[in-house]
Amino acid sequence: MKKYQLGEFEEVVMLTVGILHEDAYGVSIKKEIETRLSRKVSVGALQTALKRLEDKGYLKSRDGETTQERAGRPKRYYSITAYGKKAMEYTRTTRNELWNAIPKVVWDVKTV
Amino acid sequence: MRNQDPSPPKYVLRFFRWYCHPSLLPAIEGDLVELYRERIALSGKRRADLNFLFDVILLFRPGIIRPTEGHKSLNQYGMFKSYVKIGWRNLVKSKGYSLINIGGLAIGMAAAILIGLWLHFELTFNQNFGNYDRIARVIQHQDFNGVIQTWNSQAKQLGPELRDYYGSNFKHVVVTGWIENHKISYNDKSIRYSGNWVEPGLPDMLELKMLKGTRSGLKDMHSIMLSASASKAIFGDEDPMDKSLKLNDKNDVKVTGVYEDLPASCDFAGLGFVAPFELHERENLPDWVEWGNSWFQCFVQLEDNVALTTANENIHEAKLKRVRALGSDDDRFKPELMLHPMSRWHLYSNFENGAEAGGAIRYVWMFGTIGFFVLLLACINFMNLSTARAERRAKEVGIRKTVGSLFNQLVRQFYTESFMVVGLAMLISLVLAQASMPWFNGVSGKNLFMPWASPVFWMAVLGFTFIVGAVSGSYPAFYLSSFKPVKALKSAIRPSRGGSLPRKIMVVVQFSISVVLIISTAVIVTQIEYAQNRPLGYDNRGIIVSPIRSDDIRNHFDAFSNDLKSTGAVNEVAFTDTHITDTGVTNSGFFWKGKADDMNDEFWTLRTAGAFGKLMNWEIIEGREFGASDTSSFIINESAARYMGMKSPVGEVVRWGSGDGAREYTIIGVVKDMIMQSPYQPVRQMIFVRPEKQARMTLVNIKINADANVVDAIASIEKVFRKHDPNNAFEYTFADQDYARKFKEERRVASLSSGLALLAVFICCLGLFGLASYMAEQRTKEIGIRKVLGASIGNLWRMMSKDFVILVVIAGVIALPPAYFLSVDWLSQFQYRVPLSWLIFAGSIGGALLIALLTVSYHALRSAMANPVRSLRSE
Repeated sequence: MKKYQLGEFEEVVMLTVGILHEDAYGVSIKKEIETRLSRKVSVGALQTALKRLEDKGYLKSRDGETTQERAGRPKRYYSITAYGKKAMEYTRTTRNELWNAIPKVVWDVKTV
Repeated sequence: MRNQDPSPPKYVLRFFRWYCHPSLLPAIEGDLVELYRERIALSGKRRADLNFLFDVILLFRPGIIRPTEGHKSLNQYGMFKSYVKIGWRNLVKSKGYSLINIGGLAIGMAAAILIGLWLHFELTFNQNFGNYDRIARVIQHQDFNGVIQTWNSQAKQLGPELRDYYGSNFKHVVVTGWIENHKISYNDKSIRYSGNWVEPGLPDMLELKMLKGTRSGLKDMHSIMLSASASKAIFGDEDPMDKSLKLNDKNDVKVTGVYEDLPASCDFAGLGFVAPFELHERENLPDWVEWGNSWFQCFVQLEDNVALTTANENIHEAKLKRVRALGSDDDRFKPELMLHPMSRWHLYSNFENGAEAGGAIRYVWMFGTIGFFVLLLACINFMNLSTARAERRAKEVGIRKTVGSLFNQLVRQFYTESFMVVGLAMLISLVLAQASMPWFNGVSGKNLFMPWASPVFWMAVLGFTFIVGAVSGSYPAFYLSSFKPVKALKSAIRPSRGGSLPRKIMVVVQFSISVVLIISTAVIVTQIEYAQNRPLGYDNRGIIVSPIRSDDIRNHFDAFSNDLKSTGAVNEVAFTDTHITDTGVTNSGFFWKGKADDMNDEFWTLRTAGAFGKLMNWEIIEGREFGASDTSSFIINESAARYMGMKSPVGEVVRWGSGDGAREYTIIGVVKDMIMQSPYQPVRQMIFVRPEKQARMTLVNIKINADANVVDAIASIEKVFRKHDPNNAFEYTFADQDYARKFKEERRVASLSSGLALLAVFICCLGLFGLASYMAEQRTKEIGIRKVLGASIGNLWRMMSKDFVILVVIAGVIALPPAYFLSVDWLSQFQYRVPLSWLIFAGSIGGALLIALLTVSYHALRSAMANPVRSLRSE
């Protein structure tokens, strides 16, 4: 049963929002992912992912301050909800279970 | 730099703002601008602009694009939804009115659809042939004593003549016989199937689609090509290729090809097989068939670079030159050849004195116009009822405007309603057209069907719906929407005199059209009856006509005749060379005392054997009947006597032919004129002759004993036939039915036009009924007061009906001149025609008046008889 659904990119976004804590908004999330994972992220992909996550209830958002360099537009800050945390936990444990289930031999063979 | 606030490309930003979901817009735009400024600092404006554009394009995806509904809409979908809803409620609220409106329109449209399909069939006739533009039939004009006759038949010698001396004009020159029934035998089985003798170029010319074999299959003299259905009828599922067949128990042929059936909408429909003309010529035709025997057809396909007029010019004296060179006396008719293009075969087939004189195009125009008018009537109805009805909605318009409706919105509301009605009517009319298709096919003699799969058809239907909706809806839409709200609300808008004028004019137009249609139909019907009641001059009852297919019958007349008579069911037997209801053979080269030297005589001749006079029960008015030995005698009809200018023809000697072939005949009798050709034309000059030999006889006529039972008589006749001709099946027709068939085309026209006239009147009455109900409703109060004050029912009825009766009378007067001219024009095609009687005109107008009065009276009487208390109490 799929209890929580979290795609690969979505998971990356969730984790990044967690890393940035109080400072997670569009541009900062994008930059964080780009520097940490060294991969290109388009505004479109990021914004749809954020919207989807918000619709699923994993993230919540609030409008922040407006600044000069944003031509007077507010920042929208994202933070992880309790439900979102559960979802992340779930993904992590299932992932770990899978890792643990791999027999040691596999790694041995690979190193040879 | 920062202070200058470089901004992203305006149009890209505007695009983004247009599509982006409003709740996401500020935050994302902020992100974009922030990134943009950073990028300018990093890599310059050009790059930043480009990146911005990419970002905006990549943002254009579901989840970010604003939804079409809710929040703030991109279109006015919601408004349209409301228009449809209100429109539907209005329709349902007044069911009777909607029924009349939609029903009338649907009937008119269904009639228009059927007529449209019929027109399409007629106008695209023969267009299935790829060489449509390049094919022509060679026809000839010949001068018979000042009257130019046009024949589409030719001598078989014309083919080689055109090929050898005028070949550069033509790709193909093809001589053919006529499409007729032939007997085809395969092993022991034999059937009769229609086909033609053709020269080998025909399959190429018509581009026959070969299912088996090639188009060059007629090169060998003993070959035959079958249509798919003929092949199926003869061979079933067997492979027909290279099988041997026998044609008419005489010609051996081998199947060399099978082609796809030709459609019904072409002049070669029913071409079940083609066999080489050469075979026919060698084995079936007598040697003496010459330039004078125009028994065949000649088709040509023009060479690619040759224009029809050029080819026409080149060949038009071809026959004259040849017959002159041969020293034949056929040049006295001054034969002139002409190419009649395929595009004109079907609709322009009549010639008068050498000039084209229309043909079926007359009917195309006639029914096209009638169809258009019926449709127009339905549209007028629709408009009239909509406007009359819509005036009741003045209050609604007032309130809508007060609440804030714009003029345009009201226009759209009324248009939506009119499109709904027209759309519904169109749906119903499609169903109606499909349902009445079998009836229409029966009347029109066509095999039409609804082209459901044709995109052109649907485009026409939709386009048509749109036009009718737009035109019919325009008046209520713009008229009603322009009401001033204060006026509309304060006092109900009373339809002024000026307001109802257009409606009155439209009623007059409707009834004028109907009256014209009624009069024309009445004229057509009386003309047909008049021609049908024309005295025949002989008795065609109980005569059966059967083809002679065997020389055993042809050459043993006495034995055959005696056998028939001995059955007891047969009174008389006679052979003829053509059908007694349609004697098409003409001859010339007769010389008599007192004939003008320059007269090119022409007589309709009938060769007979047996007691023909007794069989026909004709009336000899001078002289006597044929006796058994009268092989050098003529009996002529009254017209012939006049034609030859003889006061007392009996005993006069007539020489037939010239030179060695000449023979002298004595006129022994004059017979009363009989109708043996067209019932619409004057009786032709005819000569009856009894040749010694029966070689040219093609038909046997049998008069059945009036006392005998017809079924038994035919059974015993068949037995005699079987005895004398065991190889062929017995076939027969009744002469009176053959005669009746001559009226088929006119009957068809009569039933179609009377159907349409009825429809027109019905549609008019529907409209009138609707208008009358509206009037009665408007005047309820007035009628109540009048009644209270002492008006009688008769008074009220007269008052209510008067308006409409005046309109119909005006319409009748307007309709008279066009109806008169149309009738005269239509009758002019018949030489034997009914005199136009004023009774038809008076009767038609009277009838229209009566119907209108009946229609109106229902509502007039109903409101006149209603209790005035009810109408006055309500407020």
